This record gives sequence, C-alpha cells and structure tokens, in this order.
Amino acid sequence: MAVTILFLGPLRDKAGEDSRAVAAPLDWTGLIEAVGSEIARELADDRVNIACGGKVLSDKTTLNALDGDEVALLPPVSGG
Amino acid sequence: MAEAVFEDIRLLTDLFDPQEIIRATADRTMTKGGAASFTGYVSSNDGVEALELSHYEPLTLTGMKKLAIAARERFDLKAITIVHRVGRMTPGDPIVCVAAASRHRRDAINAVDFCMDHLKSAAWFWKRELKHGEWHWIEPRQADHEDLARWNPE
Repeated sequence: MAVTILFLGPLRDKAGEDSRAVAAPLDWTGLIEAVGSEIARELADDRVNIACGGKVLSDKTTLNALDGDEVALLPPVSGG
Repeated sequence: MAEAVFEDIRLLTDLFDPQEIIRATADRTMTKGGAASFTGYVSSNDGVEALELSHYEPLTLTGMKKLAIAARERFDLKAITIVHRVGRMTPGDPIVCVAAASRHRRDAINAVDFCMDHLKSAAWFWKRELKHGEWHWIEPRQADHEDLARWNPE
C-alpha cells in the first residue's frame, strides 16, 4: 500500500499526471521531496491547500498521511 | 418540529435541463409561496470554444451540501436545489442551476443569491477555457470574493 498524491486543476498540468503513488507514511517534508521543485514552489503559496483523506488541513505542514490515504493538492479555486 | 425541506444537491457530468430542475424544486413544496432560481450558461465571450470544470468530489460535493445547510439555516426555505456541471461544456450549455422555494419571496431570492456568491468564490472547482485551440486556466476573480463578503459584513 502507499499514499496517493492527487494533482488538481492547474497543478495537474505542472505535474504532467493526475496522480502519483508514493511510499507511506508521508509528511510535509516527504511531500515536498516527492513532488519535485516546481510543484514544491507552488505548495509554498498560502493559497494552495492540501486535503488528506477528504479533509482540508488547516496547517498543511502537519500532514501525516498513512497507508491508503489520498493527499489532494488544491490550487486556488476558480469558482463555479 | 421543523418541516422537512426538499433538497437536491448534485454534480452532473452530462447536459441537464434547468427547467426540469426548477419545476421539481417548486413542485416539492405543497404550499408554495414562490420559487426563485438562477441558471448560469457557458459564455462564448472572447472566443471561448469550450469550458472544462474539474472538481474533487470528496470536497466539492460535501461543500455544496454544507452550502445548502447554511442556506436553510439562514433563510426560511421549503426547497433548495444546487446542481452543478463538471467536465467539458460548450457555449450555451447550462453550467449551474440553483433554485429555492419559500413561502416568502425574499427568502427564496436571497437564498439563490447567497448560494451563487458562495459557489462562484468558495466552491472547489477549477476551470479552464479553450480559446483559439489552446487551454487556459481561469484565475480566481477579486470581484467574486467581494460578492462573498456581502453576506458577512463584520
């Protein structure tokens, strides 16, 4: 089992894929290392949120994803 | 005891008929006062050939359901419907339909306005447009955030 990182919206284009499986567990430092420097720069933006297991983290640096968790990277929304 | 409120909150991947949704919302109220609605359509402004909306279902649908609850708490409603398209659309396609029924017209109208302002600025959707054969992501608009602030004047 692993952690699945999902790239939403414009981050999907930057990542070049919809999702990526990485080894569990995954914390903030691990995430930054796993996504590459371009996405890591985006993640530093306060307007970019992270959801783990379907819940948005109030402090994304507290990420602690376990086996089977889905970590969604959420760029600013463009609205409906 | 509070009366049951009809609620229909959906994300759709295919073309829908807004009139059907508005009628269903109005019909579910036995003692209608009135029903108000807003339907947004994909615009062809600036040469837009197609629009694609992506979402993240665990957050997007949950957020829409929470929005319906917030509208019910804030306004005196008999029915509330929020239907939103995702996927690829072309100009003229309906993209969103919000309908509310109430004994009081102002509650129905304001509930629709409230839901639309929240959907436009705070819902989990990412949009891109196809123009002259190229896709462009749409950035959040400042005006949408100002519209949202109307509902929380503090």
